[in-house]
Amino acid sequence: MAKKLYERPIIRPLTSGLMNKFGSRSEYLPVTHIDGASVKDMLKEFGSPLFVFSERQVRENMRNAKRAFETRYPKVQFAWSYKTNYLNAICNIFHQEGSWAEVVSRFEYDKAILNGVPGDKILFNGPDKTDDDLRTAIKNNSPIHIDHLDELYRLTEQATEMKVKPRVAIRINMDTGIYPLWDRFGFNYENGQAWDALNKIMASGKLNLVGLHAHIGTYMISTNAYYVAATKLADLAINLKQKHDTTIQYIDMGGGFASQNTLKGSYLKGADMVPSVNEYAEAICTGLINAGFKSNELPTLILEPGRVLIDDAGFLLGTVIANKRLSDGRKATILDFGVNILFTSFWYDHKISPAQEFGMHTEDTILYGPLCMNIDVIRENVALPPLNAGDNLVVHHVGAYDITQSMQFISLRPAVVIVDSMSKAHLIKRKETLQDIQHNEAMPEFLRSFKLS
Amino acid sequence: MRIKKNIAVSDNGFIFNPSTGDSYSINPIGMEIIRQLKETRPKEEIKHSIMNEYNCDEATFEKDFYDFTMMLRNYKLLEHE
Ligand SMILES: Cc1ncc(COP(=O)(O)O)c(C=O)c1O
Repeated sequence: MAKKLYERPIIRPLTSGLMNKFGSRSEYLPVTHIDGASVKDMLKEFGSPLFVFSERQVRENMRNAKRAFETRYPKVQFAWSYKTNYLNAICNIFHQEGSWAEVVSRFEYDKAILNGVPGDKILFNGPDKTDDDLRTAIKNNSPIHIDHLDELYRLTEQATEMKVKPRVAIRINMDTGIYPLWDRFGFNYENGQAWDALNKIMASGKLNLVGLHAHIGTYMISTNAYYVAATKLADLAINLKQKHDTTIQYIDMGGGFASQNTLKGSYLKGADMVPSVNEYAEAICTGLINAGFKSNELPTLILEPGRVLIDDAGFLLGTVIANKRLSDGRKATILDFGVNILFTSFWYDHKISPAQEFGMHTEDTILYGPLCMNIDVIRENVALPPLNAGDNLVVHHVGAYDITQSMQFISLRPAVVIVDSMSKAHLIKRKETLQDIQHNEAMPEFLRSFKLS
Repeated sequence: MRIKKNIAVSDNGFIFNPSTGDSYSINPIGMEIIRQLKETRPKEEIKHSIMNEYNCDEATFEKDFYDFTMMLRNYKLLEHE
């Protein structure tokens, strides 16, 4: 006779008032497949831990966002925020869906070029552009988004030397009624810096002013802030028209739309709290359409959302290494992935699902990563069914910033795969090797050898 | 090792400690172990019965039994030995 499935014995105190038949059942169902691809099979083939992306989800997110804006505004262009996730395979899905590239460094710029994005469709943002970076962007006719006056002067010099008029925008920061105000990037609206910079550009005659840019923050849960920002940028554009008779080609509203992750310390779950892309689109498009542009002079609306388009398309699969009982009686589970590859666990209480069937009972558990470091905590307290060493877990919503901010620390970084629409997993980044890491190291002759006694 | 006499064990996964008013929920394997402890069966016997019925090896049982009874002691559900 087949034996029954074993589950670790657990006892859980019931808090009065919360008593129900199942103790406190975790909200989660097991996640055994991602888009039809078996979690266990993928772990067997590519190793644990493993990042998995859903091609279907990326395309769906992109198409939903496009629809949200295109149904409300006549001219819309998306640019993929490389820093959010610059795995080439991921970038190319966005490019296949029609997105340009939005980059904030030469490294990202060159990546976009190598991916085949035409120079005039790469928006060059960020405070750090060297003279060489500026010249490259000028040569490629890329819109350069100026961050500060020093850059404006250097860019003017380069343009004069090269005898071309580069396409430029300025980044503008402003009070949108939210705190903290991101005033470290670009020129301030309220104190007149932005207007001064625009006048300087017009007076020099050396730069071709094509756009206005803002990125008011990240994980913004106020849609009204976007309405305010759109109104203020439109106001500048209309003033430019009046004073200099120049028509701005585009207004770039940046990104910052919240994904459905739950912020640490938040009482409500992200999914129950954050606005939908439609609501952001409504705020922005209403702001622009009501601003008073002549209908034939409406600027193109550029958008650079990152996390909202990719977060829920990424999963991290991993394995339980061991269980422990802490001195105060709490249960602790040690996993084979740590905060070095799940950087967002510092901001989010990630949703985590077991990858195998489980019973009705849960335990409050603290989840530790494998690093021999006290900071390596994935979840401080989560109700999970009893997990045994060797069981697998799926962490949800890890598509944004975890890959690009991951750190090689103590161990090697895992492989990344993408599941296609036929449920087939394709490797898009292989697991790191010792050779990858040591490749750039050098050993001076005098340190080559040693003797231990 | 014995469960305190006054502890009430229900069939559907609850135990109640009348001297403190605390109640606990327990999963089926935990219930099985508690039931046998109530009958004052020795650990070896409990082990064999669980391993006969469930898909579980000896090392896993030893580890989990140790942890589980530590929690029972922690919640003051065991007689002093
Ligand atoms: C200029 C710019 N655009 C777009 C983004 C994407 O932001 P998010 O992922 O919050 O949408 C960023 C991220 O910081 C950014 O700096």
